[in-house]
Amino acid sequence: MITAAALATLALVCAVGAWRFTRARWTYRAPHVAIVLWQALGVTWGLAGTGTLLAYALEPYGQGVLHGLAAFAASALGGGYGPAEPYDLPRIVALIAGLTALVVLVVVLLIAGAQTLRARRRHRTLLALIAREDPEVPGVRVVDYPGATAYCVPGLRSQVVVSAGTLKLLSPAELSAVLAHETAHVRERHDLVLLPFAALRRALPWSRLVANVQAEVSLLVEMAADDVARRYCSPRRLATALLRFGTAGAVPTPNGAMGAAGSCSAVMARVERLVTPGPVLSRGVRYSIVAFSVTLTASAPLLWLVPH
Amino acid sequence: MKGLGELERSIMDIIWAQPSAVTAREVGRLIADRDLAPTTVMTVLDRLTRKGFLVRTRDGRAWRYEPAESRDSYIAELMLEALDLTGDRSAALTRFAQAVSGNEAEILRRALTELEDE
Repeated sequence: MITAAALATLALVCAVGAWRFTRARWTYRAPHVAIVLWQALGVTWGLAGTGTLLAYALEPYGQGVLHGLAAFAASALGGGYGPAEPYDLPRIVALIAGLTALVVLVVVLLIAGAQTLRARRRHRTLLALIAREDPEVPGVRVVDYPGATAYCVPGLRSQVVVSAGTLKLLSPAELSAVLAHETAHVRERHDLVLLPFAALRRALPWSRLVANVQAEVSLLVEMAADDVARRYCSPRRLATALLRFGTAGAVPTPNGAMGAAGSCSAVMARVERLVTPGPVLSRGVRYSIVAFSVTLTASAPLLWLVPH
Repeated sequence: MKGLGELERSIMDIIWAQPSAVTAREVGRLIADRDLAPTTVMTVLDRLTRKGFLVRTRDGRAWRYEPAESRDSYIAELMLEALDLTGDRSAALTRFAQAVSGNEAEILRRALTELEDE
Protein backbone atom coordinates (compact mmCIF):
# COMPACT_ATOMS: atom_id res chain seq x y z
CA MET A 1 0.00 0.00 0.00
CA ILE A 2 2.89 2.32 0.78
CA THR A 3 4.23 2.10 -2.78
CA ALA A 4 0.83 2.82 -4.25
CA ALA A 5 0.40 5.81 -1.94
CA ALA A 6 3.88 7.10 -2.77
CA LEU A 7 3.25 6.78 -6.50
CA ALA A 8 -0.14 8.48 -6.17
CA THR A 9 1.48 11.36 -4.31
CA LEU A 10 4.17 11.60 -6.95
CA ALA A 11 1.60 11.68 -9.78
CA LEU A 12 -0.40 14.34 -7.95
CA VAL A 13 2.71 16.41 -7.27
CA CYS A 14 3.60 16.23 -10.98
CA ALA A 15 0.11 17.28 -12.07
CA VAL A 16 -0.06 20.19 -9.61
CA GLY A 17 3.57 21.04 -10.38
CA ALA A 18 2.81 21.10 -14.11
CA TRP A 19 -0.19 23.32 -13.54
CA ARG A 20 1.82 25.79 -11.45
CA PHE A 21 4.78 25.52 -13.77
CA THR A 22 2.79 26.61 -16.85
CA ARG A 23 2.48 30.01 -15.16
CA ALA A 24 6.10 30.30 -14.08
CA ARG A 25 8.06 33.04 -15.83
CA TRP A 26 11.56 32.32 -14.52
CA THR A 27 11.57 29.63 -17.20
CA TYR A 28 12.15 32.31 -19.85
CA ARG A 29 15.46 33.09 -18.19
CA ALA A 30 16.68 29.51 -18.56
CA PRO A 31 14.66 27.73 -21.25
CA HIS A 32 17.06 24.81 -21.62
CA VAL A 33 16.82 24.01 -17.92
CA ALA A 34 13.05 24.45 -17.92
CA ILE A 35 12.74 22.00 -20.81
CA VAL A 36 14.65 19.38 -18.80
CA LEU A 37 12.28 19.90 -15.88
CA TRP A 38 9.24 19.58 -18.16
CA GLN A 39 10.53 16.30 -19.55
CA ALA A 40 11.12 15.00 -16.02
CA LEU A 41 7.60 16.03 -15.00
CA GLY A 42 6.09 14.33 -18.05
CA VAL A 43 7.89 11.00 -17.65
CA THR A 44 7.30 10.90 -13.91
CA TRP A 45 3.62 11.76 -14.27
CA GLY A 46 3.10 8.92 -16.75
CA LEU A 47 4.99 6.30 -14.75
CA ALA A 48 3.60 7.40 -11.38
CA GLY A 49 0.01 7.62 -12.60
CA THR A 50 -0.07 4.17 -14.16
CA GLY A 51 2.18 2.83 -11.39
CA THR A 52 -0.31 3.87 -8.71
CA LEU A 53 -3.06 1.71 -10.19
CA LEU A 54 -0.76 -1.20 -10.88
CA ALA A 55 0.92 -1.06 -7.46
CA TYR A 56 -2.48 -1.27 -5.82
CA ALA A 57 -3.73 -4.02 -8.15
CA LEU A 58 -0.62 -6.18 -7.90
CA GLU A 59 -0.16 -5.82 -4.17
CA PRO A 60 -1.29 -9.43 -3.47
CA TYR A 61 1.86 -10.63 -5.20
CA GLY A 62 3.95 -8.66 -2.75
CA GLN A 63 6.68 -8.08 -5.33
CA GLY A 64 6.25 -4.50 -6.41
CA VAL A 65 4.95 -3.21 -9.74
CA LEU A 66 7.49 -4.48 -12.24
CA HIS A 67 7.99 -7.97 -10.79
CA GLY A 68 4.31 -8.11 -9.91
CA LEU A 69 3.50 -7.53 -13.59
CA ALA A 70 5.86 -10.33 -14.56
CA ALA A 71 4.28 -12.67 -11.99
CA PHE A 72 0.82 -11.66 -13.19
CA ALA A 73 1.77 -12.32 -16.79
CA ALA A 74 3.20 -15.71 -15.81
CA SER A 75 0.09 -16.73 -13.88
CA ALA A 76 -2.19 -15.38 -16.60
CA LEU A 77 -0.40 -17.56 -19.11
CA GLY A 78 -0.88 -20.51 -16.79
CA GLY A 79 2.74 -21.21 -16.07
CA GLY A 80 3.25 -19.39 -12.79
CA TYR A 81 1.52 -19.12 -9.46
CA GLY A 82 -1.41 -16.92 -8.50
CA PRO A 83 -1.36 -14.32 -5.75
CA ALA A 84 -1.45 -15.40 -2.11
CA GLU A 85 -4.93 -13.96 -1.61
CA PRO A 86 -7.66 -13.87 -4.28
CA TYR A 87 -8.40 -10.68 -6.22
CA ASP A 88 -11.22 -8.44 -5.11
CA LEU A 89 -13.19 -6.22 -7.44
CA PRO A 90 -11.33 -2.92 -6.78
CA ARG A 91 -8.02 -4.58 -7.56
CA ILE A 92 -9.35 -6.03 -10.80
CA VAL A 93 -10.67 -2.63 -11.83
CA ALA A 94 -7.35 -1.02 -10.91
CA LEU A 95 -5.46 -3.64 -12.85
CA ILE A 96 -7.54 -3.12 -15.98
CA ALA A 97 -7.38 0.67 -15.68
CA GLY A 98 -3.64 0.66 -15.00
CA LEU A 99 -2.79 -1.67 -17.87
CA THR A 100 -5.08 0.25 -20.23
CA ALA A 101 -3.52 3.58 -19.32
CA LEU A 102 -0.01 2.20 -19.70
CA VAL A 103 -0.78 0.61 -23.06
CA VAL A 104 -2.54 3.78 -24.28
CA LEU A 105 0.45 5.95 -23.34
CA VAL A 106 2.92 3.64 -25.06
CA VAL A 107 0.76 3.13 -28.15
CA VAL A 108 0.03 6.85 -28.50
CA LEU A 109 3.76 7.57 -28.40
CA LEU A 110 4.55 4.88 -30.96
CA ILE A 111 1.78 6.03 -33.30
CA ALA A 112 2.87 9.65 -33.01
CA GLY A 113 6.44 8.62 -33.75
CA ALA A 114 5.42 6.58 -36.78
CA GLN A 115 3.13 9.33 -38.13
CA THR A 116 5.84 11.92 -37.66
CA LEU A 117 8.34 9.81 -39.56
CA ARG A 118 5.85 9.19 -42.35
CA ALA A 119 4.93 12.88 -42.62
CA ARG A 120 8.60 13.81 -42.78
CA ARG A 121 9.40 11.23 -45.44
CA ARG A 122 6.55 12.53 -47.59
CA HIS A 123 7.68 16.11 -46.98
CA ARG A 124 11.26 15.26 -47.98
CA THR A 125 10.13 13.47 -51.13
CA LEU A 126 8.08 16.47 -52.19
CA LEU A 127 10.91 18.87 -51.37
CA ALA A 128 13.25 16.83 -53.54
CA LEU A 129 10.91 17.36 -56.49
CA ILE A 130 9.96 20.95 -55.85
CA ALA A 131 12.41 22.92 -53.73
CA ARG A 132 15.31 24.67 -55.41
CA GLU A 133 18.72 25.83 -54.30
CA ASP A 134 19.31 29.55 -54.17
CA PRO A 135 22.80 31.01 -54.49
CA GLU A 136 21.76 33.65 -51.94
CA VAL A 137 21.27 31.02 -49.23
CA PRO A 138 23.56 28.05 -49.83
CA GLY A 139 22.51 24.79 -48.18
CA VAL A 140 18.93 25.94 -47.71
CA ARG A 141 15.99 24.64 -49.73
CA VAL A 142 13.75 27.32 -51.21
CA VAL A 143 10.09 26.74 -52.06
CA ASP A 144 8.38 29.13 -54.48
CA TYR A 145 5.58 30.35 -52.26
CA PRO A 146 4.75 34.03 -51.64
CA GLY A 147 3.89 33.67 -47.92
CA ALA A 148 6.51 33.72 -45.17
CA THR A 149 7.63 30.35 -43.86
CA ALA A 150 10.88 29.10 -42.40
CA TYR A 151 11.19 25.69 -40.84
CA CYS A 152 13.29 22.61 -40.69
CA VAL A 153 12.52 19.00 -41.45
CA PRO A 154 14.36 17.25 -38.63
CA GLY A 155 15.96 13.87 -38.93
CA LEU A 156 19.29 12.29 -39.68
CA ARG A 157 19.50 14.29 -42.90
CA SER A 158 17.76 17.40 -41.69
CA GLN A 159 16.87 20.20 -44.09
CA VAL A 160 16.26 23.87 -43.51
CA VAL A 161 13.55 25.27 -45.78
CA VAL A 162 12.42 28.83 -46.45
CA SER A 163 9.82 30.17 -48.84
CA ALA A 164 10.50 32.68 -51.57
CA GLY A 165 8.25 35.06 -49.59
CA THR A 166 10.66 34.86 -46.67
CA LEU A 167 13.62 35.79 -48.85
CA LYS A 168 11.70 38.84 -50.01
CA LEU A 169 10.42 39.78 -46.55
CA LEU A 170 13.67 39.71 -44.57
CA SER A 171 16.91 41.63 -44.82
CA PRO A 172 20.08 39.52 -45.24
CA ALA A 173 20.97 40.00 -41.55
CA GLU A 174 17.49 38.94 -40.48
CA LEU A 175 17.61 35.95 -42.77
CA SER A 176 20.87 34.72 -41.31
CA ALA A 177 19.37 35.15 -37.83
CA VAL A 178 16.40 32.98 -38.82
CA LEU A 179 18.72 30.35 -40.30
CA ALA A 180 20.81 30.34 -37.10
CA HIS A 181 17.60 29.74 -35.16
CA GLU A 182 16.58 26.84 -37.40
CA THR A 183 20.05 25.34 -37.26
CA ALA A 184 19.76 25.38 -33.46
CA HIS A 185 16.50 23.37 -33.70
CA VAL A 186 18.26 20.86 -35.90
CA ARG A 187 21.35 20.52 -33.75
CA GLU A 188 19.55 20.19 -30.43
CA ARG A 189 16.91 17.81 -31.85
CA HIS A 190 14.05 19.91 -30.50
CA ASP A 191 11.63 17.80 -32.49
CA LEU A 192 12.32 14.92 -30.10
CA VAL A 193 11.52 17.19 -27.16
CA LEU A 194 8.21 18.19 -28.71
CA LEU A 195 7.12 14.75 -29.90
CA PRO A 196 5.87 13.25 -26.59
CA PHE A 197 4.05 16.44 -25.62
CA ALA A 198 2.36 16.66 -29.02
CA ALA A 199 1.43 12.97 -28.72
CA LEU A 200 -0.03 13.51 -25.25
CA ARG A 201 -2.03 16.43 -26.54
CA ARG A 202 -3.52 14.30 -29.27
CA ALA A 203 -4.31 11.55 -26.77
CA LEU A 204 -6.04 13.98 -24.37
CA PRO A 205 -7.44 16.71 -26.66
CA TRP A 206 -9.98 17.87 -24.05
CA SER A 207 -7.40 18.55 -21.37
CA ARG A 208 -6.77 22.24 -20.87
CA LEU A 209 -3.67 21.47 -18.79
CA VAL A 210 -2.10 19.30 -21.48
CA ALA A 211 -2.82 21.97 -24.10
CA ASN A 212 -1.19 24.63 -21.92
CA VAL A 213 1.78 22.42 -21.21
CA GLN A 214 2.30 21.74 -24.89
CA ALA A 215 2.09 25.43 -25.76
CA GLU A 216 4.53 26.26 -22.98
CA VAL A 217 7.05 23.62 -24.01
CA SER A 218 6.85 24.78 -27.65
CA LEU A 219 7.52 28.34 -26.57
CA LEU A 220 10.47 27.26 -24.40
CA VAL A 221 11.91 25.30 -27.33
CA GLU A 222 11.69 28.43 -29.49
CA MET A 223 13.39 30.47 -26.77
CA ALA A 224 16.11 27.85 -26.44
CA ALA A 225 16.73 28.10 -30.19
CA ASP A 226 16.70 31.91 -29.93
CA ASP A 227 19.36 31.69 -27.22
CA VAL A 228 21.62 29.57 -29.38
CA ALA A 229 21.00 31.76 -32.43
CA ARG A 230 21.91 34.99 -30.64
CA ARG A 231 25.48 33.73 -30.27
CA TYR A 232 25.82 33.76 -34.05
CA CYS A 233 23.73 36.75 -35.05
CA SER A 234 22.40 40.05 -33.84
CA PRO A 235 19.56 39.38 -31.35
CA ARG A 236 17.89 42.57 -32.51
CA ARG A 237 17.76 41.31 -36.09
CA LEU A 238 16.28 38.06 -34.84
CA ALA A 239 13.64 40.08 -33.01
CA THR A 240 12.73 42.16 -36.06
CA ALA A 241 12.60 38.96 -38.15
CA LEU A 242 10.12 37.51 -35.63
CA LEU A 243 7.95 40.61 -35.76
CA ARG A 244 8.03 40.67 -39.54
CA PHE A 245 6.94 37.05 -39.63
CA GLY A 246 4.17 37.75 -37.17
CA THR A 247 2.81 40.65 -39.19
CA ALA A 248 3.17 38.97 -42.58
CA GLY A 249 -0.43 37.93 -42.23
CA ALA A 250 -0.97 37.61 -45.95
CA VAL A 251 -1.37 33.89 -45.39
CA PRO A 252 -4.62 32.71 -46.89
CA THR A 253 -6.16 30.10 -44.60
CA PRO A 254 -7.38 27.28 -46.81
CA ASN A 255 -10.87 25.96 -46.23
CA GLY A 256 -11.20 23.35 -43.54
CA ALA A 257 -7.75 23.98 -42.18
CA MET A 258 -7.43 24.66 -38.52
CA GLY A 259 -6.50 28.22 -37.68
CA ALA A 260 -2.94 28.03 -36.52
CA ALA A 261 -2.26 31.67 -35.92
CA GLY A 262 0.59 31.99 -33.49
CA SER A 263 -0.13 33.82 -30.30
CA CYS A 264 0.84 37.45 -30.07
CA SER A 265 1.97 37.16 -26.45
CA ALA A 266 4.32 34.31 -27.34
CA VAL A 267 5.94 36.38 -30.09
CA MET A 268 6.20 39.42 -27.82
CA ALA A 269 7.72 37.32 -25.02
CA ARG A 270 10.41 36.13 -27.41
CA VAL A 271 11.01 39.62 -28.77
CA GLU A 272 11.30 41.16 -25.34
CA ARG A 273 13.88 38.74 -24.08
CA LEU A 274 15.89 39.17 -27.28
CA VAL A 275 15.91 42.96 -27.07
CA THR A 276 16.29 43.34 -23.31
CA PRO A 277 17.60 40.06 -21.92
CA GLY A 278 16.90 39.61 -18.22
CA PRO A 279 19.55 38.27 -15.86
CA VAL A 280 20.30 34.62 -16.49
CA LEU A 281 19.40 32.27 -13.65
CA SER A 282 22.44 31.73 -11.47
CA ARG A 283 24.53 28.64 -12.04
CA GLY A 284 23.60 27.25 -8.62
CA VAL A 285 19.88 27.50 -9.26
CA ARG A 286 20.22 25.96 -12.70
CA TYR A 287 22.21 23.01 -11.37
CA SER A 288 19.74 22.42 -8.56
CA ILE A 289 16.83 22.35 -11.02
CA VAL A 290 18.64 19.82 -13.19
CA ALA A 291 19.53 17.73 -10.13
CA PHE A 292 15.88 17.87 -9.01
CA SER A 293 14.74 16.79 -12.48
CA VAL A 294 17.10 13.83 -12.46
CA THR A 295 15.92 12.77 -8.99
CA LEU A 296 12.30 13.12 -10.07
CA THR A 297 12.87 11.05 -13.20
CA ALA A 298 14.61 8.32 -11.20
CA SER A 299 11.99 8.21 -8.45
CA ALA A 300 9.12 6.67 -10.42
CA PRO A 301 11.14 3.75 -11.88
CA LEU A 302 12.59 3.09 -8.42
CA LEU A 303 9.09 2.94 -6.95
CA TRP A 304 8.16 0.48 -9.71
CA LEU A 305 10.97 -1.75 -8.46
CA VAL A 306 10.53 -1.67 -4.66
CA PRO A 307 8.82 -4.84 -3.46
CA HIS A 308 5.96 -3.35 -1.39
CA MET B 1 25.61 11.76 -65.10
CA LYS B 2 23.15 13.29 -62.69
CA GLY B 3 21.91 11.52 -59.56
CA LEU B 4 18.59 9.71 -59.65
CA GLY B 5 16.91 12.34 -57.46
CA GLU B 6 18.10 15.11 -59.75
CA LEU B 7 16.78 13.21 -62.77
CA GLU B 8 13.38 12.64 -61.19
CA ARG B 9 13.21 16.33 -60.59
CA SER B 10 14.11 17.35 -64.15
CA ILE B 11 11.69 14.83 -65.60
CA MET B 12 8.86 16.03 -63.38
CA ASP B 13 9.65 19.60 -64.48
CA ILE B 14 9.45 18.54 -68.12
CA ILE B 15 6.16 16.72 -67.69
CA TRP B 16 4.65 19.56 -65.67
CA ALA B 17 5.53 21.94 -68.51
CA GLN B 18 3.70 19.83 -71.11
CA PRO B 19 0.07 20.56 -71.89
CA SER B 20 -0.80 16.86 -72.29
CA ALA B 21 0.46 13.39 -71.48
CA VAL B 22 3.82 12.46 -72.99
CA THR B 23 5.61 9.25 -73.89
CA ALA B 24 9.02 8.20 -72.62
CA ARG B 25 10.47 8.93 -76.05
CA GLU B 26 9.14 12.51 -75.96
CA VAL B 27 10.57 13.01 -72.48
CA GLY B 28 13.92 11.74 -73.74
CA ARG B 29 13.81 14.26 -76.55
CA LEU B 30 12.93 17.17 -74.23
CA ILE B 31 15.49 16.45 -71.56
CA ALA B 32 18.59 18.59 -71.62
CA ASP B 33 20.99 15.73 -70.97
CA ARG B 34 21.25 14.20 -74.45
CA ASP B 35 23.50 11.33 -73.40
CA LEU B 36 20.78 9.80 -71.30
CA ALA B 37 20.00 6.18 -72.22
CA PRO B 38 16.32 5.62 -73.08
CA THR B 39 16.20 2.83 -70.48
CA THR B 40 17.24 5.32 -67.78
CA VAL B 41 14.35 7.59 -68.72
CA MET B 42 12.02 4.58 -68.57
CA THR B 43 13.36 3.62 -65.15
CA VAL B 44 12.86 7.09 -63.74
CA LEU B 45 9.33 7.35 -65.21
CA ASP B 46 8.55 3.98 -63.69
CA ARG B 47 9.85 5.05 -60.27
CA LEU B 48 7.85 8.27 -60.36
CA THR B 49 4.71 6.33 -61.30
CA ARG B 50 5.23 3.89 -58.44
CA LYS B 51 5.68 6.80 -56.04
CA GLY B 52 2.35 8.19 -57.22
CA PHE B 53 3.64 11.36 -58.86
CA LEU B 54 2.82 10.26 -62.40
CA VAL B 55 -0.21 8.54 -63.89
CA ARG B 56 0.29 6.47 -67.02
CA THR B 57 -2.15 5.34 -69.67
CA ARG B 58 -1.67 2.88 -72.52
CA ASP B 59 -1.32 4.41 -75.95
CA GLY B 60 -0.76 1.72 -78.53
CA ARG B 61 2.51 0.04 -77.62
CA ALA B 62 3.78 2.91 -75.48
CA TRP B 63 2.78 4.45 -72.15
CA ARG B 64 1.76 8.07 -71.88
CA TYR B 65 2.65 9.83 -68.63
CA GLU B 66 1.01 12.80 -67.00
CA PRO B 67 1.42 14.37 -63.55
CA ALA B 68 -0.92 13.09 -60.82
CA GLU B 69 -1.08 16.57 -59.31
CA SER B 70 0.00 20.00 -60.41
CA ARG B 71 3.21 21.45 -59.06
CA ASP B 72 1.19 24.08 -57.22
CA SER B 73 -0.87 21.56 -55.33
CA TYR B 74 2.33 19.93 -54.04
CA ILE B 75 3.60 23.37 -52.99
CA ALA B 76 0.29 23.90 -51.21
CA GLU B 77 0.66 20.57 -49.43
CA LEU B 78 4.16 21.47 -48.25
CA MET B 79 3.17 24.93 -47.11
CA LEU B 80 0.05 23.79 -45.26
CA GLU B 81 2.33 21.63 -43.20
CA ALA B 82 4.91 24.37 -42.84
CA LEU B 83 2.26 26.78 -41.56
CA ASP B 84 0.83 24.10 -39.28
CA LEU B 85 -2.56 24.38 -40.97
CA THR B 86 -3.16 20.66 -41.42
CA GLY B 87 -4.83 20.52 -38.02
CA ASP B 88 -3.07 17.35 -36.90
CA ARG B 89 -0.76 19.18 -34.50
CA SER B 90 2.13 17.02 -35.47
CA ALA B 91 5.67 17.60 -34.36
CA ALA B 92 6.97 16.70 -37.79
CA LEU B 93 8.53 20.11 -38.46
CA THR B 94 10.02 22.78 -36.25
CA ARG B 95 8.97 26.23 -37.38
CA PHE B 96 10.52 29.62 -36.87
CA ALA B 97 7.38 31.61 -36.14
CA GLN B 98 3.83 31.97 -37.27
CA ALA B 99 1.72 34.87 -38.40
CA VAL B 100 -0.78 36.11 -35.82
CA SER B 101 -4.38 37.15 -36.40
CA GLY B 102 -5.38 40.62 -37.61
CA ASN B 103 -5.82 42.61 -34.38
CA GLU B 104 -2.76 41.17 -32.74
CA ALA B 105 -0.64 41.84 -35.79
CA GLU B 106 -1.14 45.56 -35.09
CA ILE B 107 0.64 45.20 -31.72
CA LEU B 108 3.56 43.49 -33.41
CA ARG B 109 3.64 46.08 -36.19
CA ARG B 110 3.97 48.86 -33.60
CA ALA B 111 6.74 46.98 -31.78
CA LEU B 112 8.52 46.54 -35.10
CA THR B 113 8.35 50.26 -35.90
CA GLU B 114 9.75 51.07 -32.46
CA LEU B 115 12.64 48.64 -32.86
CA GLU B 116 13.47 49.97 -36.29
CA ASP B 117 13.39 53.61 -35.17
CA GLU B 118 15.83 53.13 -32.32
